[in-house]
Amino acid sequence: MILGCVNVIADEQNPARVAALRLGMGAAMTAFTVQINCGSGMQSIDTAFRTIREGSADLILAGGTEALSHSPLILREAAVEWFAALSSAKGAVAKAKVLANFRPDFAVPVIGLERGLTDPVVDLNMGQTAEIVAHLFDISRLQADEYAVESHRRLARAQAEGYLANEVVPAFARDGTVYEQDNGVRPDSSVEKLAQLKPAFEKPWGKVTPGNSSQITDGASWVILASEKAVKEHGLQPIAVIRDSEWSALDPSIMGLGPVLCSSTLMKRHRLSLDDIALWELNEAFAAQVLACLAAFEDEDFCRRVLGWEGAVGRIDRDRLNVDGGAISLGHPVGTSGNRIVLHLVNAMRRLNLKRGIATECIGGGQGGAMLIEIV
Amino acid sequence: MQDKVWSALKERDMERGPRPDASGSVWENWRMALDSNGVAWLTLDKKDASANTLSEDVMRELDGILAGLERNPPKGLVIRSAKESGFIAGADINQFKGVTDAEAVKAALRFGHAVVDRLEALPVPTIAVIHGYCLGGGLEIALACKYRIARNDASLGFPEILLGLHPGLGGTARATTLIDPVEAMTMMLTGKSVHAKKAKALGLVDAVTEERHIATAVAAVVKGEIPSAHQGLRARVFDLGPTRALLAKRMRAEADKKAPPAHYPAPGALIDLWENFGGDRRRMKQEEIESFARLLLTDTAQNLIRVFFLREHLKSLAVKGTPPAHVHVIGAGVMGGDIAAWCAWRGMNVTLADMKAEPLGKAVKRAAELYGKIGHSSIAIRDALDRLVPDLHGDGVKGADIVIEAVPENADLKHRIYADVQARMKPGAILATNTSSIPLETLRAGLLHPDRFVGLHFFNPVSRMQLIEVVAHDGVGEDALKAARSFAGHLDRLPASVKSAPGFLVNRALTPYLLGAMLMLGEGTPKETIDAAATQFGMPVGPIELADQVGLDICLEVGEMLKRELDQPMPEAPAFLREKVKAGDLGRKTGQGLYPWKDGQAVKASDTPPPSPEMADRLILPLLNTCVAILREGVAPDEETIDGGMIFGTGFAPFRGGPLAYARARGFESVKQALEALQAKYGERFRPDPGWDTLS
Repeated sequence: MILGCVNVIADEQNPARVAALRLGMGAAMTAFTVQINCGSGMQSIDTAFRTIREGSADLILAGGTEALSHSPLILREAAVEWFAALSSAKGAVAKAKVLANFRPDFAVPVIGLERGLTDPVVDLNMGQTAEIVAHLFDISRLQADEYAVESHRRLARAQAEGYLANEVVPAFARDGTVYEQDNGVRPDSSVEKLAQLKPAFEKPWGKVTPGNSSQITDGASWVILASEKAVKEHGLQPIAVIRDSEWSALDPSIMGLGPVLCSSTLMKRHRLSLDDIALWELNEAFAAQVLACLAAFEDEDFCRRVLGWEGAVGRIDRDRLNVDGGAISLGHPVGTSGNRIVLHLVNAMRRLNLKRGIATECIGGGQGGAMLIEIV
Repeated sequence: MQDKVWSALKERDMERGPRPDASGSVWENWRMALDSNGVAWLTLDKKDASANTLSEDVMRELDGILAGLERNPPKGLVIRSAKESGFIAGADINQFKGVTDAEAVKAALRFGHAVVDRLEALPVPTIAVIHGYCLGGGLEIALACKYRIARNDASLGFPEILLGLHPGLGGTARATTLIDPVEAMTMMLTGKSVHAKKAKALGLVDAVTEERHIATAVAAVVKGEIPSAHQGLRARVFDLGPTRALLAKRMRAEADKKAPPAHYPAPGALIDLWENFGGDRRRMKQEEIESFARLLLTDTAQNLIRVFFLREHLKSLAVKGTPPAHVHVIGAGVMGGDIAAWCAWRGMNVTLADMKAEPLGKAVKRAAELYGKIGHSSIAIRDALDRLVPDLHGDGVKGADIVIEAVPENADLKHRIYADVQARMKPGAILATNTSSIPLETLRAGLLHPDRFVGLHFFNPVSRMQLIEVVAHDGVGEDALKAARSFAGHLDRLPASVKSAPGFLVNRALTPYLLGAMLMLGEGTPKETIDAAATQFGMPVGPIELADQVGLDICLEVGEMLKRELDQPMPEAPAFLREKVKAGDLGRKTGQGLYPWKDGQAVKASDTPPPSPEMADRLILPLLNTCVAILREGVAPDEETIDGGMIFGTGFAPFRGGPLAYARARGFESVKQALEALQAKYGERFRPDPGWDTLS
């Protein structure tokens, strides 16, 4: 069993093993956790895929999970030093001396989550990297807000039409509350309402707001991968095959463009044009970042110089992209999303009777992951 | 968690001390060997038994062993059990069954006291190493040692009171002088066990540790590194008679509330013993023998001993075997949800299916609340909740070893569900229904595998009611019945085997009792008076209050069903009962039934007249009469099942040994005559069943 998870909590250092045991898979079940930031949930599928292809396993449960609501509060470094000095101080006088050094800001914790969303190498928050790619591809605030409104509209429709009925499993809390679906969706969202929000990362002129960014949420997603042998042995009904996968990397300050690199490489390797890709799931980290990726595919100069294509990759029709909304309306539990978009791509293609699709995401730190999926 | 590595090593975990030499033991039940420190490890491994009890031969051998140790004292003596389940379960209760000779009892007790005194007097450190249960006589042996080391899973208690007795191997004197006597008396008066940690806090044990440190702990004790728990200052205060008199008065008031002394003499006898002799250990031990012998000969003790064996009998029908790994419950109403929660608590993986999420949410909530009450660790609670999986699509059917249907009582609905699930069930899996009123012959029609279809009738609340009726029908296979009984056993429940006949055992026997009470109520007898007649007889609650607890709608439904289905004369449900149900005043669940209910308690008037002597007979005799009919018709196979079923399923006065045992004690002929007298006065529903004539 393989599980993607970014923010591992102190109580569960290998969440994959904890999940395997709590799922009742038995003491003899090996399990490990994988972490490649926002691509972790897809990394688990990819590792499972390669392990099965290699012949070392036949049946793997691959998932992604994140409990961002459990993200720890971290003490400031100065506060940590003060605590250490206090506990090693011998005698009341020494202790009193250390106590006197206390500063009020020691008690103000740093939010671990905030630190996790900041790239340590280029010292940019993820929202700032979205500002950069929006600028580079000339994405306006209005375009980003329009995209976000559409994401909410699409998810609301998918929930209402029952498109997610076979994908989203209700969660039951100990107090009896039933969470039947993700509750971040705002069907009444509008461009006018979103226009009123202040920039979240680069005040006062930035374009990226809480309204056109993905929501920070909890979530988990699982898929089962099986070899042909396991399919026969357990009488499984395959729903899709993984044809290939690809990971790419680039400057962390423009990490949002990662999907363009890995997806185009996949297409090239399989001699596919945009016409051959019937459906796309491109993780909605930020509306501006999704739009920048689309713009990059259409940018002849970029495609020629960076991707090595002869001309622009082309225009991805919005009817073929994130058809049931995405992280902006549904939430982005980081370790989960890569897994969820693969699963949803499969389900959406089956519903729409389509054959081939790509699920791809940008990855904080300057990477991108993509998976080429075909329906069987 | 099942793991083959741990399973392979498990045997090594138990510290059995040094191996006895190969020449074999001269004793049948005990083994002994010296360790490298010169400490003797004396291990009890009662022959041909899964649990250690203090039978006469065990005590006799112990006496001989102690005599030998007196001659050749070791550096120390460890007493522990070789049985995995626990230390010593107590006296061998078979010895108590049917005894009538008080002098013989006293002689046996004096011998037992002499052995235990001998152990206490041994001039070396004596250490009881306790794991699992340590009950009654087992605890008394442990108390005669100078030290007690408990393993973390130890549970110590004096359950004698539940048999209408009190400790009889010197425990009353030793416990009240070792620890705070109020705590000791509470343990003995309630029969409740205490876990290792609490036992340490009470001073009942000197150390609590893991199995892996037991040998080191024993060595530390022998070296004198652990101070022995000893009688503190607080205990000394109780040497003074007036202090004890004051406390005894309070204990008596408390005990009387829980068990009326007229029916249950043991608590009073125990309190007297301590109040009168608590200051004099030697005398208290002597008087304990007298008091124990008196109690053992009472009807109450003998009937409670009968109840003990009824439980053992039903338990023995729940043949062992592997528990089902996966249970699928259909219907997340109160019964379905609670059955699922209980199965998960007992370690099974459970899918609970319902088409709606809301009842599933409520079921999870009730499960979490139940586990919070009965669970000792947050890990155990988490694990049980992990095992309880809400299932909106019925996916669990495929993997289940047993599928339990607990949907509303509607034959068409049940048929539809069976048609859906039977095609998806695993080969060999059992299909069970929790129906209380639909004949299984109706339900099994059209099933692919009627031989694997059984009734499993649970009682409400599932987590507290010990009985499950395992219901057979004309097409069931013996394997399915066996599996159903085994399942009940794994749920820590007692299976009563019954045939599919209206009301099975419990509801059928209870209904004439409840409806009879309704008629009395209709005649103008105050409900408090009616309930008092039943509780004075020994029922745990009166019939009116019970009807409110069960729900007046359900009482009415079952009553009408039985009247329709049986040709036995049954009273018509009175009009006021129908009106109550129509108005939605259904009892406790709606806050208003025949009584108003507040905070789960019936609000009763206190100024009602006492019941007349005839009232109890009017209530109880129709119940006895129905039990006789059930026996005659073969709905239940034997008297034990009926008596056990009524005690564990309804709480029928346990000290009377069950309805048929009560009738037997009163005289079948005399009961029949009483019924005839009532028949002459009140009508056909008291007509004695023909079965009375064949009882002997």
